[in-house]
Amino acid sequence: MTMAVDAVRDTPFVVGGRTFHSRLMVGTGKYRDNETMARAIEASGAEVVTVAVRRVDLDRSKETGILHHLDPNRYVLLANTAGCFTSDDAVRYARLAREAGFNEFVKLEVIGDQETLLPDVQGLLDAARILVKDGFKVLAYTNEDLVTALRLEDAGCAAVMPLASPIGSGLGLLNPYGVRTIKHRLTVPVVVDAGVGTASDACVTMEQGVDGILMNTALAAARDPVGMAHAMRLAVEAGRTAYLAGRMPKREVAVPSSPLEGMLD
Amino acid sequence: MNDSIDVLVNGEPRRVVRGATLLELLRALELDPRAVVVEHNRAIVRRPRLGDVTVAAGDAIELVHFVGGG
Repeated sequence: MTMAVDAVRDTPFVVGGRTFHSRLMVGTGKYRDNETMARAIEASGAEVVTVAVRRVDLDRSKETGILHHLDPNRYVLLANTAGCFTSDDAVRYARLAREAGFNEFVKLEVIGDQETLLPDVQGLLDAARILVKDGFKVLAYTNEDLVTALRLEDAGCAAVMPLASPIGSGLGLLNPYGVRTIKHRLTVPVVVDAGVGTASDACVTMEQGVDGILMNTALAAARDPVGMAHAMRLAVEAGRTAYLAGRMPKREVAVPSSPLEGMLD
Repeated sequence: MNDSIDVLVNGEPRRVVRGATLLELLRALELDPRAVVVEHNRAIVRRPRLGDVTVAAGDAIELVHFVGGG
């Protein structure tokens, strides 16, 4: 149903030269088991799926590898640099991820504060410049600050990913103005990453006009991750379609919907 | 001459056969070379070269792969 609207009126969603049908990207962390994760990803309709780079568990006490649950032919695997606090670390992780051999995309995170996981924008810009020069297509996780977003675009990032609210917080879109302003001013795609908690958050976020949303905990920590993934898919489509359709103006006073003429005496 | 040397693999001390290549190290750890990325003293070693690079005492080797993340 919304597919028809998309086909008629929406522009393609292109990131780093690749066109996607779904504007929802999802993470793979924190699921209670891999089977639930795989089903949730399927229900979300996402084509881009994030993964992290970590040491192999040499004692085999737990199976942490994720690739046999994700078909690289079906999903674009987007490696992140989560957990990196310096540009050097982020560059190191990005290069290791690329060596795993799937693609040149990286979701760049350089974290500046342990408690809020807010980005270190200086480290982020340094790492973005190095990675772009190195041939990466960088999707940069950042805050909702316009100037940082502009610098990231100047640095050659393939997409800029402002947060809705801190990673894993589920607080929803705290600064719609900031996110909207970034979208207005940037040419590269703007994908909101982190903080969306439930379907209404996703919908409101998409109504700002951004190109997409990336989420993880909202699905993984839902009581029913598969059900929430389906809800998020609908919410992203609804929000996008509402944005394209253009909302009515807000008014401070009531305006009757029914005619004033023809009332009985 | 001692036939084994001490190296660090993923931050843990390990004893490996002297003269072992990275590929032999992976085999000894029962890891599929296609499923891991190898970093040897902070330099990535591509898969086709794993059999060419010999491990020396004190080397730091990192073996990483993809895990769930957001």
